[in-house]
Parts: sequence; C-alpha cells; structure tokens
Amino acid sequence: MNAPEKPIHESSYTVEGGNFDEAGKVSSQIKANLKKLHLSKDVVMKASLVAYESEINIVSYAKKGMIQLSVTPQKVKIETIDEGQGIPDIDLAMQEGYSTATSKIREMGFGAGMGLCNIKKFSDLFQITSEIGKGTHLKMIINIVNNAP
Amino acid sequence: MDLASIVKILNLKVCSGMDQLNRPVRGGYTGDLLSDVMGNSKEGDVWVTRQVHQNIVAVASLKEHAGIILVHGAEPAKDTLEKATRENIPLMVSEQSGFDVVGQIYALIAAEKNTAVAGH
Repeated sequence: MNAPEKPIHESSYTVEGGNFDEAGKVSSQIKANLKKLHLSKDVVMKASLVAYESEINIVSYAKKGMIQLSVTPQKVKIETIDEGQGIPDIDLAMQEGYSTATSKIREMGFGAGMGLCNIKKFSDLFQITSEIGKGTHLKMIINIVNNAP
Repeated sequence: MDLASIVKILNLKVCSGMDQLNRPVRGGYTGDLLSDVMGNSKEGDVWVTRQVHQNIVAVASLKEHAGIILVHGAEPAKDTLEKATRENIPLMVSEQSGFDVVGQIYALIAAEKNTAVAGH
C-alpha cells in the first residue's frame, strides 16, 4: 500500500452565496495557483472548470461555501462544502438539463442544468453528498499522473 | 487567422483588449448558456454570444478564449467592460445576428485551412 502523498500545494477559499458579481473570482485564483505549479495545460483546464462550476453552484444555491484545493504530485483534489438548501434528489440533479434555478439565475446564462454534469465529466473521481437544509459536499479528483502500468 | 483580421472583415467594434488583437483564432464557439460554453468550447476559440453580463469575462478568461463577440449590437454591461479591460480580454460587438457572424467566421477559418492544405 502506498503512503499518503504529501501535498505540494494547499489553499482554501470562501465563496459568498448570491453574489454573482464576484462569481468566478475564486476559480480564477485557483487557476492562477495551479499554473504556478507547472501542471499540464489539460489538468489546469479541467481543474479550473471543476472549480468554476462548483463556485457557481455555491453562488446560485447556498448561503456560503468553502472550496479547498489540495495538490499532490499525483492528483489535484477540489472539495467544496456549502451551507445551503441541499439537494433533495441527487440522481435527478445529476440529469443534464434538470435545474431548480430561478429565472434571475437563468437570465445570466447559469442554471442550464449542466454544472454537475460538467464537474463529473471533467473529474476522474467525483463524489457528492447532500443533506436537506444543511448543505452539499462535493469531492473531485483530477489525476496528474496516469498510474496505469 | 487572427482577431484583427476578423475585426476588419466583419467590421466589429472593439470595446476592450485592443492590444490583444494579434491573438490567433483557432476556432469558435457560440452559446449563451455558460456551462455549455465552459464544457464544450476550447482554448483559442472566439466566443459568439448575446450574454452581456460580466460573468462572460470569467468564462472567456478561464477557457483562454481568443475573445468574445457580442451580437446584434448588444453593448457590454458597464462592469463587463471594466472587467474585460482589467483582464485584457478582447470584447467586440457586431451589429449582425449571431447566425451571420458565425457563418462568416466559419467560412474565413475554413478558407484559411484549405489554403494551408493547398499550399502543402
């Protein structure tokens, strides 16, 4: 069994729910931090996208949230924990096109029911748990090194 | 094909990123749903949209688009323009419809590719 890999970078960010003016700011910071680590363009792009969609979800549906970034030589891990309404039916929420977004959110081009699908598509590992009235927890991993023999 | 050529041929108004018009345009994407654009557009694309909200700048920046073209004479919102200027992202406006803009850019890029192949 491999020993746990030591992170080469760790940072965490607070996201304010409902503040669409600042939406995308945290993902931009995450992207800038990843770029400094000289990871491949593909990994930076995937991780930035995953961070962006997670950030938009917090802004759209939660009171506030936290995004944690942890990078080891093998993988990028992004975790988000929010305080919000939670997701009653995760299977439904994972269906492309399903959305509970308000018309205000949709007018800005968000809320197309594609965010979680994008996160899953661009992550090598994706876990979601949610509790009604408490919030949602996402964990995503993007592999840096392909460990296949 | 660089942005400057597209600006000239399509007679676009450049609102920001004036010094970035030498950026190469590798392709294009059109859409108003931000997650669709995030998930499917590529680096170096020119993005054609009717959205004028400031979040388009974050999307274009994260995806490293060549620039954004707003259609039907849609003016960028004030904070969109400020953000695009700050991040040095070319924001351009066309008086034409999205359909017409995309058709012309597609033809320009295709013609360039054909010329490149013929030249080989």
